[in-house]
Amino acid sequence: MNAQKQAHAWLLLLPALTLLVAFTHYPAIATLIDSFMSTPKPYRASVFVGIDNYAAMVDDPIFWQALRNNLWFALATIPLSVGLALAMALWVNGKIAGRGFLRMAYFTPTVLPMIAVANIWLFFYTPSYGLLEQIGNLFGLPSQNWLGDKATALGAITAVAIWKEAGFFMIFYLAALQGINPSLREAAAIEGASRWFFFRRVLWPLLMPTTIFVLVNAVINAFRMVDHVVVMTRGGPDNATTLLLYHLYEVGFKFWDQGYAAAVTVVLLAALATVALVQFFVLDRKAHY
Amino acid sequence: MKHSFATCAAAVALALGASAVQAQSTEVPFYFPVAVGGPITKIIDQFATDFNKENPSIKVSPIYAGSYQDTIVKALTANKAGTPPVASVLLSTDTFTLIDEDAIVPIDNFVKTPEDKAWLGGFYKAFLLNGQIGGKTWGVPFQRSTVVLYWNKELFKEAGLDPNKAPQTWAEMTSMAQKLTRKDASGKVMQYGVQIPSSGFPYWLFQGLTTQNDVILANEAGTQTKFDDPKVIEALQYWVDLSKKYGVHPSGIVEWGTTPKDFMEKKVAMIWTTTGNLTNIRTNAKFDFGVAMLPAGKKRGSPTGGGNFFIFKKATPAQQEAAFKFAKWLTQPARAAQWGIDTGYVAVSPAAWDTPALKKYAAEFAPAAVARDQLQYAVAELSTHDNQRVTKAFNDGLQAALTGSKTAEAAMKDAQKEAERLLRSYK
Repeated sequence: MNAQKQAHAWLLLLPALTLLVAFTHYPAIATLIDSFMSTPKPYRASVFVGIDNYAAMVDDPIFWQALRNNLWFALATIPLSVGLALAMALWVNGKIAGRGFLRMAYFTPTVLPMIAVANIWLFFYTPSYGLLEQIGNLFGLPSQNWLGDKATALGAITAVAIWKEAGFFMIFYLAALQGINPSLREAAAIEGASRWFFFRRVLWPLLMPTTIFVLVNAVINAFRMVDHVVVMTRGGPDNATTLLLYHLYEVGFKFWDQGYAAAVTVVLLAALATVALVQFFVLDRKAHY
Repeated sequence: MKHSFATCAAAVALALGASAVQAQSTEVPFYFPVAVGGPITKIIDQFATDFNKENPSIKVSPIYAGSYQDTIVKALTANKAGTPPVASVLLSTDTFTLIDEDAIVPIDNFVKTPEDKAWLGGFYKAFLLNGQIGGKTWGVPFQRSTVVLYWNKELFKEAGLDPNKAPQTWAEMTSMAQKLTRKDASGKVMQYGVQIPSSGFPYWLFQGLTTQNDVILANEAGTQTKFDDPKVIEALQYWVDLSKKYGVHPSGIVEWGTTPKDFMEKKVAMIWTTTGNLTNIRTNAKFDFGVAMLPAGKKRGSPTGGGNFFIFKKATPAQQEAAFKFAKWLTQPARAAQWGIDTGYVAVSPAAWDTPALKKYAAEFAPAAVARDQLQYAVAELSTHDNQRVTKAFNDGLQAALTGSKTAEAAMKDAQKEAERLLRSYK
């Protein structure tokens, strides 16, 4: 390749490269550096403090609780929302009455703004006259303060997230299902394969690339969830629903502890990167493209 | 597409034209939060329009910035980025934080004429407490409140209580609440006696209880808290007992935002909430209700609450002067009176209560004056250095006790330990 062509290539790359550096790589590196510095104050500049911020994190019970909460949240939302998405996609992919309406109904939660959704659910969960309470009343169930009880608050938030995510992932599965050659189904029918066998040996492997994509997204979403928490519980009661990103928000923007917030960010990034790498290198081998 | 492009172009042209006009006037971006029900944004916009009309050389542009919490996040982020608003309404308790961040200037800087001095001296003393630190006044009272008790007169009548008499003491509140709590055949509570919200900022409502139990939560310098004082623990135990022992208060965490609605839905007979909800409840409640001072423990008491008007340091002197003018304009007796009538917030000066409008309003609608009358028992709202963090430790403790995961004593000892750790560097 001659020099002119090289220059040409770089010029073509430049816009994307600039954006990537400005909004992804530079902030990530700056955050890493900041995590070893103290928080600058008007009368006290930022100084190098080594791993102090990380040591503070190890001692911070709320950080550990946020991490634990987030793991539970991820463990519940990821399989349930992906499974539900697949089931819904399989259903609305078939020839059923009112298919268009069903597809729309499933997708609606995804289009609604998160804050509005959270406000609606806030009233679903309200004790005494909320929607859940009224349904419970029909069956004579006892009154329950869903968001105000440490035992149920995280579960209540999780349910909203699953409800919201499943419709979004359904779209990807639906698209993938429609891309599958119908002759495969015909061939399977001629061979006399059961529906379950067909799903297990034909559809599922063919959907694998979509599953990986959806899983990566589900993991990212599970760790970047913050808006529902802000509206519905503000991390309460007593930190029962504090997730990592909410903790990060509080440390960074309520307490203005920039150094510590940077350290939490680095840990969050590292965890996400690890999960993504595992997904790419382990699951990817099982996928047939 | 073509159409929207044309609209965009028109908008840009308009904006350019507008900025050319504004270039001659002093711009005052003004952040404000909304923390109570009612058309607050509309009222504030109207204030700005009126003020700009009277002062053509100044252009105040109000910017709705969310809750108090969102507003300070936005204001401080903008401050760090170098372009803070010129003025903002923020929680009076954030004064320490704003000083520590070197974000604001004292109001005293602008008070020069005897007339200005009289203006600053005209506010209720209780409302100035949180804004006065180190001998300077950092913020002036604007949308201020206290905690008051609302009671449903109909439900009182049904329970055989005197509908015109609110509880005067803790013991009376408990016994009345017991009569007001109704269960259905299966033992499920249909209507609670009393409700004190505990989401978001439980410390504020709890400070009503601690003040009544004769204890102040933090010193004036904002460097020392007393969360583990036996009187504080005793007050918390009373709150916990309302649901755990007497069953007259909903269990777990009670939402701040849905509490007025719970009251209007008759799910609870008495609630504690800000006087700032008065107009909202008056407009929407379909029954006769009363407003009373909080019941007395060892004595009466409530914290003050709400927002002060602050002027930011990074603005130009001309902008700061303009903001000061706006602050004075906003708190003129007649306007403060109107603001109080429209929202339920307590008009901030005795002079405002002397205006014919407010006198008439208070005469027709007695509850409006309750919060003012309670001011003589009011104390400064809990505020320390690193306020958000110290308050969070305290809130977490309160919620732990209310949800039953810790005893009142353990929760308050933990909160105190955390507060001491945080405040070490400010002593």
